[in-house]
Order: sequence, then structure tokens, then C-alpha cells
Amino acid sequence: MNVLIDNREVFLSGFKNTGILFVFSAFFALILGTIVAGMRVSPAPAMRAAGTIYVNAVRNTPLTLILAFFALGYPRLGLPHLDYMFAAIVGLSLYTATYVSEAIRSGINTVSVGQSEAARAIGLTFMQTLSLIVLPQAFRSVVPPLFSVFIALLKNTTVAAGFGVVEAGGIRATLSDLGEPLLPGLLWVALIFVVLVLGILTPLQRYLEKKWRVAR
Amino acid sequence: MSSVLFDVPGPKTRTRNVYLNIITVIVAVGIIAFILYRFYESGQFTAKKWEIFTFPRVQQMFLTVIGATLKAFAVAAVGSLILGVLLAFGRLSDNKWVRVPCYWFTELFRAVPLLILMMIMYYGLPSVGVKGITPFLAVVVGLILYNGSVLAEAFRAGIESLPKGQREAGLAMGLSKGQVLRIILLPQAVRSMLPVIIAQLVVILKDTALGFLITYNEIIYYANYLGSQGQYGSPVVPAFMVAAVLYVGMCLILSGIAKLVESKMSSRVKIVKVKVGTAG
Repeated sequence: MNVLIDNREVFLSGFKNTGILFVFSAFFALILGTIVAGMRVSPAPAMRAAGTIYVNAVRNTPLTLILAFFALGYPRLGLPHLDYMFAAIVGLSLYTATYVSEAIRSGINTVSVGQSEAARAIGLTFMQTLSLIVLPQAFRSVVPPLFSVFIALLKNTTVAAGFGVVEAGGIRATLSDLGEPLLPGLLWVALIFVVLVLGILTPLQRYLEKKWRVAR
Repeated sequence: MSSVLFDVPGPKTRTRNVYLNIITVIVAVGIIAFILYRFYESGQFTAKKWEIFTFPRVQQMFLTVIGATLKAFAVAAVGSLILGVLLAFGRLSDNKWVRVPCYWFTELFRAVPLLILMMIMYYGLPSVGVKGITPFLAVVVGLILYNGSVLAEAFRAGIESLPKGQREAGLAMGLSKGQVLRIILLPQAVRSMLPVIIAQLVVILKDTALGFLITYNEIIYYANYLGSQGQYGSPVVPAFMVAAVLYVGMCLILSGIAKLVESKMSSRVKIVKVKVGTAG
């Protein structure tokens, strides 16, 4: 308990940065993932191919490598400077977007065929069918897997600690510099994550799942 | 599936699709060309930066670190599968004193970030006097605890999705509960959960890369080391490119093998399909 109280600023600022990473990455990943999912079911073969290649390439690359590239490789390319926080957000968004797109794509599959057939029968175009009929229904059945993706994202933010961002995963290094006991400190970090995941996100997931369940 | 979302294209749509295709190709090629141009502009393709990869010693080291990654993957995969089966059996036990701890075990270890688990092993335990924790041990134990818990959920979901008659028939034949689980339920559950199990194996392979952050000498660790070699022009980007190709290659091979096994197994028996999300 003492480790937590004595170093509350370290913990607070660490988890604040984790929160920033999580919220921004989740937001961008959701947008990018939806676009990629749309590309992967589109009528144009080149779009499908581009979406598939992106998803397969990024999903098979470790997050550590993606973040390492943005933190250590990117500055060598002579492009506008990114601070570590922003680089981590870009990396996490690109990585998580592939999982979001897969979740949404499988959601599109659960919408019954009759829905899109009816939409086509009344003359809606592909974009209209997708945005007005299929996606609103798909999003509901996508809520549980999407939440799992975001829970994974929350845990994945810790990897950014290795690349210059002072967040929850970096609390260990700070405590180590301060000469505080490491094991209790790390156990507190773990406990806070357990509370965030099991105490907040999972119940929210169950609640939304129940609220938006589609009767089929 | 995708054909449901749009009609068979008519002449107008076909023209539009051609335009869409062209635009997509232009955008995609544009992005790739921009990245390559930036790489070229900043000198990532100069011979100096790639020279280091031609040394036999460096290539041997790459084989060594690939071996280190695969070793951690193999040990962790086997360990996770065993732990997963044990935890799944525990969660299905009739005894409350076995069931409840197994439930909390899986819930807890799925909620803690894997990197924090590895840090607890590698930095936390030695600080209270536990000796002999190598980076390899920390990586493998972390991976086993986390992925074992995830796999336990997969096995459990698979077993619970089986028709009730399977268990009842087994019990009626006079098999014990344990025998029913082992001989009747588990083989069928494994078969129906194979896609999830395989996806999780790919996750294990990718997550070995977290070892980089606790100084386990694997592919990214070595790539990063090469990147810091000033006399060869600090080839950070080339080294990461090599690492990315290695990882994508290994994951695709693993997925390929997995698909092969899956099609072999599912062609024999019709299986129950169950959906469970995997965590990345």
C-alpha cells in the first residue's frame, strides 16, 4: 500500500498517459478499421486486395516491432518530427485497426442476407446498403468482439513504455530510479489493470451486449 | 459473402468499378511509393546501410536469434496448451474448490497485460531475492500464464458447445467423469476450436517479441543492436525491415501449416462451429 501512496504522482501520471494512448488509439483505430472493413467487402477487387494485404501484413507483425519502427526508425526518414506519444498512438492505431476491421467484417457476415437483398431490391447502391442497412445492424453484433479488441488495446498500451512514453508500463522504470520496492509497485500496476479490465470494461461490455442484443 | 452486398454489375457499374480500381491502385501505389521515396531520400537503400547484412557472422547471428524466438515460441506454445487443458478441466470440475480458483486464475491472468507479467517475473521477483530468473524464463512463463488462460476459455467453450448426449453416453457406458472429459469431450472440443487455438498460437509467436523489452536476445533485440552500429551508417530502418519480413514470414508459415491441419481434420468429421474472440 505504501508504494502506491508514496508514489501516487508516478502512478497517476502513468495511468493518465495510458488513458490518453487508449482513447486516441481506440478512436483512430475504430475509424480506420471501419474503412478497411468496408474496403474488404467492396465490389472493387483492387480495394479488397489492398484491404486484405494491409490486414494480413500488419496482423502478422508484432506490435513491438511496429512501435519500434515509429519510435526509432521513423525519425531517420527526415519527415516532420513526431513526439513519442504521438508515434505510439499512430502505431497502436494502425495495429488495432486491423483487429477492428476483422471484428466488423465478421459482424457484416452475421447480418442476414435478406437485409441486403431487400436494400438492393429498393435500389440502394453499395455505399447506401452498407452505411444505412448493414453496418448499423452489424455494429450491434460487433459490440462484444469489438470490446475484446479494445481490452486488448488497453493492455497493449503498456508496450509503448519501451519506446519513450511514460505510461503505466513505464512506472517500473521510474520506481526503479527512485529506489522504491519493485515487486509491490508492479503488483499494484497489475491490480489497477485488473480493476480497469474486470471492473469497468468487462461489465460495460456485458451491459451493452445485453442492451443492444439483436433479436433474430 | 460479398456478392450479397451488391448486384452482378451492369455496364455502368463495371465502368465505375474500373475507375474505383484505378483510383485504389493509384492511392495504394502512391502511399507505397511515398514511403519508398522517403526511404530512398533519407538514404535507407544505400549500399553502406545494407553492407552489414552481407557479413556471414551477422547472418549466423540472425539464425541464432530466429532460433531464440522459435525456442521461446515452442516452449510457450506447448506449455500454454497443457496449462489451458488443465485449467479448462478445472473450470468444468464439479468441485467448487477446484472450479472457483481456476475461474479466477483465468480471469486474472487474462486481465493483466502480458508485458507487466513479464516485468513482474524479470524485475519484480529478483528484487525480493528470487534467483535464476533469465529473460528467457520470464518470457516463457509470462506467455504460458497468459495464453494458457486464453486457451482454457477456448477449450471450455468448445467442450460446453458439444451436444449433451456425448457426455451422457460416455457416463452411461461406465466411464468416469475424468475419462469422459479426456476420451470423449476434449478431442471433439479441440477439433471444433482449432481455428481459435491456431489464432492463439500466432499470437504467442508475435508476443515473443515482447521479450525485446525485457532484454531477451531475440529478433527485434538483435535488429535494434544492428541499428546502433554507427560505422555501418546506423541501419535502423533496414534492420527493422529485415525483422518485419522474418516475422511476417514465420507467422504466415505457421498460419499455412495450421490451415493445412485444419482442412485435413475437418474433412474427416463434421464439426460444431463455435465463435470465441481471440485477444491480440
